[in-house]
Amino acid sequence: MLKQRPFLIETLTAVGLIAAPFVLPHLGFAPNTVNRILVWGLFGVGFDILFGFTGLLSFGQSAFYGTGGFVAAYLLTRAGFGSVVGALIIGMVAAAVTGYLVGLIALRRTGIYFAMITVAIAEVFFFVEFNPLSDWTGGENGLPGVPTPSFNLGFTTLHFTDGWSLYLFIALCYFIGIVIALRIVRSPVGAILSAIRDNSLRATAVGHNIHGYKLTAFVIAAAYAGFAGGLLGVLQAFMPPDAFTFDTSGQLVMQTAIGGRGTLFGPLVGAAVWLFLQDFLQAALGLGAAWKLVLGMVFVLLVCFLRGGIVGGLVDLYGRVAGKKVLAPAEEALSGLTAKAERQAAEAEIAEHSAAIKMPADRAQLRNCSGPILKASGLTKRYGGLIANSDIDFAVDRGELRGIIGPNGAGKSTFFKMLTCEIPPSSGSIVFEGRDITGMNVTDVCQLGLTKSYQVNQLFSGLTVRDNIVIAALAQLRGKFRLDLFSSLEGIAGLNEQVEHTLQLVNLASRSLTPVSELAYGEKRRLEIGLALATSPNLLLLDEPLAGMSPRERVETVNLLKSISRDRTMIIIDHDMDALFELAERVTVLQEGRVLVEGTPDEIRKSVAVQEAYLGGVHGVIDP
Amino acid sequence: MISWPNFISQLFNGLALGALLALISSGLTIIYGTLGVLNLAHGAMFMIGGYAGLVTYQYTSSFTLAVIAGSLFVMILGVLMERVIIRHFYPRPHEDQLLVTFGLGICFVEIVRLIFSSNSQIVPPPPLFQGITNLGFMYYPTYRLAVVGIVAVALGALFLILYRTRLGMIVRAGIEDSVMVDSLGINVYRVFMIVFGIGAMAAGFAGIINAPVVSLTPGVGDDILVETFVVVVIGGVGSFPGAILGGLIAGEIISITSMFNPGYAYVMLFAAMTLVLVVRPHGLLGVQGRE
Repeated sequence: MLKQRPFLIETLTAVGLIAAPFVLPHLGFAPNTVNRILVWGLFGVGFDILFGFTGLLSFGQSAFYGTGGFVAAYLLTRAGFGSVVGALIIGMVAAAVTGYLVGLIALRRTGIYFAMITVAIAEVFFFVEFNPLSDWTGGENGLPGVPTPSFNLGFTTLHFTDGWSLYLFIALCYFIGIVIALRIVRSPVGAILSAIRDNSLRATAVGHNIHGYKLTAFVIAAAYAGFAGGLLGVLQAFMPPDAFTFDTSGQLVMQTAIGGRGTLFGPLVGAAVWLFLQDFLQAALGLGAAWKLVLGMVFVLLVCFLRGGIVGGLVDLYGRVAGKKVLAPAEEALSGLTAKAERQAAEAEIAEHSAAIKMPADRAQLRNCSGPILKASGLTKRYGGLIANSDIDFAVDRGELRGIIGPNGAGKSTFFKMLTCEIPPSSGSIVFEGRDITGMNVTDVCQLGLTKSYQVNQLFSGLTVRDNIVIAALAQLRGKFRLDLFSSLEGIAGLNEQVEHTLQLVNLASRSLTPVSELAYGEKRRLEIGLALATSPNLLLLDEPLAGMSPRERVETVNLLKSISRDRTMIIIDHDMDALFELAERVTVLQEGRVLVEGTPDEIRKSVAVQEAYLGGVHGVIDP
Repeated sequence: MISWPNFISQLFNGLALGALLALISSGLTIIYGTLGVLNLAHGAMFMIGGYAGLVTYQYTSSFTLAVIAGSLFVMILGVLMERVIIRHFYPRPHEDQLLVTFGLGICFVEIVRLIFSSNSQIVPPPPLFQGITNLGFMYYPTYRLAVVGIVAVALGALFLILYRTRLGMIVRAGIEDSVMVDSLGINVYRVFMIVFGIGAMAAGFAGIINAPVVSLTPGVGDDILVETFVVVVIGGVGSFPGAILGGLIAGEIISITSMFNPGYAYVMLFAAMTLVLVVRPHGLLGVQGRE
């Protein structure tokens, strides 16, 4: 497959860019049009990292395009700055800094709020350019006289003036931009960005600081936009004020969706289609102003029927023609690991049964340490008048396997949510490994080694089984935030081992390259547990791991739980009492938000209070 | 120098603009609240309302008929849009909904541009509200005063629909939990269609009411859409009272800032939005957890 050869995409891009001046003129592309396509394409590379990979749709990229463009143009025309490349880079930095500040505000919210805020912010930039800053930006006249780059090499001076000569310069910039972007999307950060797009809740819960990563993506997109904006000025020898308009942002969004999001090359293809159609419809067909209507309709049809855009459609087609499943382009980010994985998966099958014994050394002495790993005191949660949990005192010893049962509505899930700090308690405190974690957030708590598997599956549904586990393992190996934008996943010490180990534990090693959407329900449940396990928790909470399983799946999962409990402390909520009594050393019964009784399975079985709670006062009927 | 009458008249301008923004925003916000779709073609709906009214006015010379025809036309367009396209986007991610409504908005604007050209068009105010009113201490255009009244009535009607009818109760329940409403045996899709129609109609109605104040161009909805977003962010997404409060705040901020320097109107509007986002991220009257 394409992806297994390193630098293949880079090489193909270089070949394409070198061939373009020889091929495109025959297709009716003027050099100036090609240059514009490249500038849009470069602008779009950053936007695609934000939108296609991270799932953040911004309608405000014009703000950074304009900022970078005007800073560069101002330096070159008014400030007498000599170096074009230097000015472009300063423009890029200015745009990135602006992006950081804007991101702080816009990323306070997600989804449609984010889209609306970016629109509003970009509009402010437009007005600021026209009015308060018009002395610097030329207002509606823009900044004319932007020079083209030249390089003094000592013996000769290279000057990129216009047409195909300027193409060389812009194509080089595009190439560098693509190479950097490919590094980023294949880095651990790139993998996490895809995880955020797929399921930001779970990305947070496995211990990634997603706000930081979103801000990173936002700044990257702003930097690309700023550089492309500078190039626009160089290309036109004039920095137009309409770089700041909402239409610029809109055109970028449409080009990216037309070309294909999450592909990095989609925006380039989209720009080519856009500019070609614009020329073609206006000049050849004489449609005049109607060209934009035609493009608008093309766009709507593509969004309706071809979600992946042109590039996405071609990738699907290639997959079908080649007769094999092609991973969605976005997943390329993680694909570097998959080659080795296949081989190891085969080996893993053999080693499967001995797998659970090889554990990290620090857990080996688990049982030797005594004393509570978790202690909750007076934990209470109120929702208005409703008291979900009331004054719960609860302690679990190191190495223990605790079961929690209780009728529906007893407050079990609420209790778990408070323990993992998903929701803050109304009162009371939680101490984990001697540290007060009350009021911390779920990411930090996971980093400390306390996490849970969810009652309703929270998986990264667009990724493969293996990539899911990778995302979780990365959180433990890299910490909650790290900007290793240019390192590869292969370079992370211990990642492969931890991922393989987890896959074997949850018995999914043979399914590691399967997309999550193709898994059976029982397999998804095991992956759900695997996600929590891959963060190497010291204390693992499992919220109804057996729910909805067939009898056979139950047996398998009970065995799985037994094997993973050998090396860590666990608390399990479930309604399957037979299973729980078999697994747990002690059982806590919750009823109406309170601890009803706590004891060994035998004590619980015989407890009159428990029978009453479940059967409403019918004594002596259940005989275990 | 800024004189008192000037200041008061800007306050009135802000009230008129704010009332219009409140009406348009409530359309946007009830659609979002109920259907979970942010309609980026909402500005285009506003614009089309104006043009539909203009055509009616040219044929009948009646402003009242223009208002009725403009609103109905946009309502029907909204219903069609929901049935033919938006409906298929409910299960798809938010981004796709944004993209498709954005694309539709562009198509609408370009169709209008094709038919009516980019030149600005004028709808005169109805004879009853022409001229200037003497308020005692200053003179003020009668129609702008009337706009406040007309929009207040429209908002009142919307309030009655939302809070005093069976449909409104379903809509409000749908804003809270549309899945639950569906399982109660109420045909949620029919409600969605009606809500989309009503929301679009609010924009279309505002479009024709606004036409005598600001001349009509195909792009007239674009700025309005941005202002509407700010209103919704300030007021809280999905909140009808929030849209009204946010609309009035935004209208006054734009007007009062414009008195000093129009160039800063958006900057101030944006500053207000940022302040709200920092202090109350869910909007002044918004509810936590609704995204």
